[in-house]
Amino acid sequence: MIEHRPFITFLAHFTLIIGIAIVAFPIWVTFVAATHDAVRMTQVPLPMLPGDQFFINLKKALFEGIGGAGGIPVGMMMLNSLVVALMIATGKIIISLLSAFAIVYFKFPFRMAFFWMIFLTLMLPVEVRILPTFEVVADLGMLNSFWGLSIPLIASATATFMFRQVFLTVPDEMLEAARVDGAGPMRFFFDILLPLSRTNIAALFVILFIYGWNQYLWPLLITTDASMFTVVMGIKQMLEAAEQAPEWHLIMMTALLAMLPPVVVVLTMQRMFVKGLTETDK
Amino acid sequence: MLKRVHFGTSILPFLLVAPQIIITLVFFIWPASQALYQSLLIEDAFGLSREFVWFENFIDLAGNGLYFDTFRRTAFFSVTVAGIAMASALVLAAMADRIIKGALTYRTLLIWPYAVAPVVAGALWVFMFDPTLGIFAYALNIIGVDWNHKLSGDQAMALVVMASAWKQIAYNFLFFIAAMQSIPKSLIEAAAIDGAGPVKRFFTIIFPLITPTTFFLLVVNVVYAFFDTFGIIHAVTQGGPAKATEILVYKVFNDGFVGLDLGGSAAQSVILMIIVIALTVIQFRYIEKKVEYS
Repeated sequence: MIEHRPFITFLAHFTLIIGIAIVAFPIWVTFVAATHDAVRMTQVPLPMLPGDQFFINLKKALFEGIGGAGGIPVGMMMLNSLVVALMIATGKIIISLLSAFAIVYFKFPFRMAFFWMIFLTLMLPVEVRILPTFEVVADLGMLNSFWGLSIPLIASATATFMFRQVFLTVPDEMLEAARVDGAGPMRFFFDILLPLSRTNIAALFVILFIYGWNQYLWPLLITTDASMFTVVMGIKQMLEAAEQAPEWHLIMMTALLAMLPPVVVVLTMQRMFVKGLTETDK
Repeated sequence: MLKRVHFGTSILPFLLVAPQIIITLVFFIWPASQALYQSLLIEDAFGLSREFVWFENFIDLAGNGLYFDTFRRTAFFSVTVAGIAMASALVLAAMADRIIKGALTYRTLLIWPYAVAPVVAGALWVFMFDPTLGIFAYALNIIGVDWNHKLSGDQAMALVVMASAWKQIAYNFLFFIAAMQSIPKSLIEAAAIDGAGPVKRFFTIIFPLITPTTFFLLVVNVVYAFFDTFGIIHAVTQGGPAKATEILVYKVFNDGFVGLDLGGSAAQSVILMIIVIALTVIQFRYIEKKVEYS
């Protein structure tokens, strides 16, 4: 702080608290809705304070089906989401580590061509190639499968760039020393590069886990079988059913459950999250 | 970018890049080229016959008033979302920058909406503004505003803008606060000694110095509004009422998967690709500039 101005400090705290209140208000409403029963949730005005139905709703959402989402329990959808998010995050990290290693440490024909090809993926988000990608996945028979949900999303230009940046900062003496000791390329990769990139891998994992968990358009296109629904998709199915028979207490419980894992990841691994966010995007 | 000390040619580097390259070819390059090709075809909805028509799909789009409306709507939507999300994040970051005690707590409480999936964010907002039950619709009714985003296009647009901006504030806040904290304290102190008050210091020192970040965020926010808000719109309005919230990405999806106009949808995809390429180029040029600053 430069000067002592209590009023301005007060104003800063005040603005931040208002900001947080605005940001958090939707979550409060969601939480309150998830603690009441169906009858209370159809009476205007809706409650602003929590009720006592939280665990009953939790049990119903997690283990019994909710109308509109094919009767699949939310617990199972969350399991699907978890598998998909983990497959996407680890898949992206593994293939990006390998290709960054090849591009930085090997001299081979078409090296730059490969690099630019990877770069190109940055410019082709799922949204702009929806139909043809869907056709490819259908032709490969990967509809309604974990492979179809994850593999088409695991190519990653940003992750490759980040690892390339990290590898470029590794001193050349490391490789020279490793060579003197008789290490081959893969030994060098596993024993030196991987340990050196540990924090970057962790930071990237946090970001990619959230990315994978929150995927929506892609799962929406390629899953028709309710047993493969992810929880983020399930919400939408429930909203559609809510047009006829709103079960807001259960929908909002599902919304809470759907946002819980990524939010917990952000809050508990905040340092890694901030690092991952600022380093992959810049 | 190749290391001075490196390994020689062998089969190994090809094996290392193979997974990434195969996935890129199968799921990115091939579908994108298919989109290019399909954009030159007119196909009937059952895929029974197709006709090569050169640029007819594009000419149709250019002459289509509805498509222009979608373009205008998307521009309005992106600018509003970026404006609201960046302005609120900037104010919050400027305030948080002044605070020493509890700064981390504030940051923690502000950043988590980043982790909420767009479609879940949409569900929360549609619930709060549900015309019959929603808490805000109820409050607005009391003060005499008749809220029904299922009927009013403007209200529907306002709702998706709010939901989209809400989700993006966290991201902008993080980048703004990082940029502000990297400004050397000596600059601020020198200005304070010269008698510049906090407001003056913000506008003459802090804001100009974080311009690169602001510009970077502008591009990121526009990309977010263009592509990542699909889930919000799909959950809240499905592009309605009467296409009042149908942005470009939503139209590609709607025309392709719902309307089964494959050629037209592919032509729109191609236009979107050109927009992404332009935005990516702008973003990368900015990064080059930024290297010069530091």
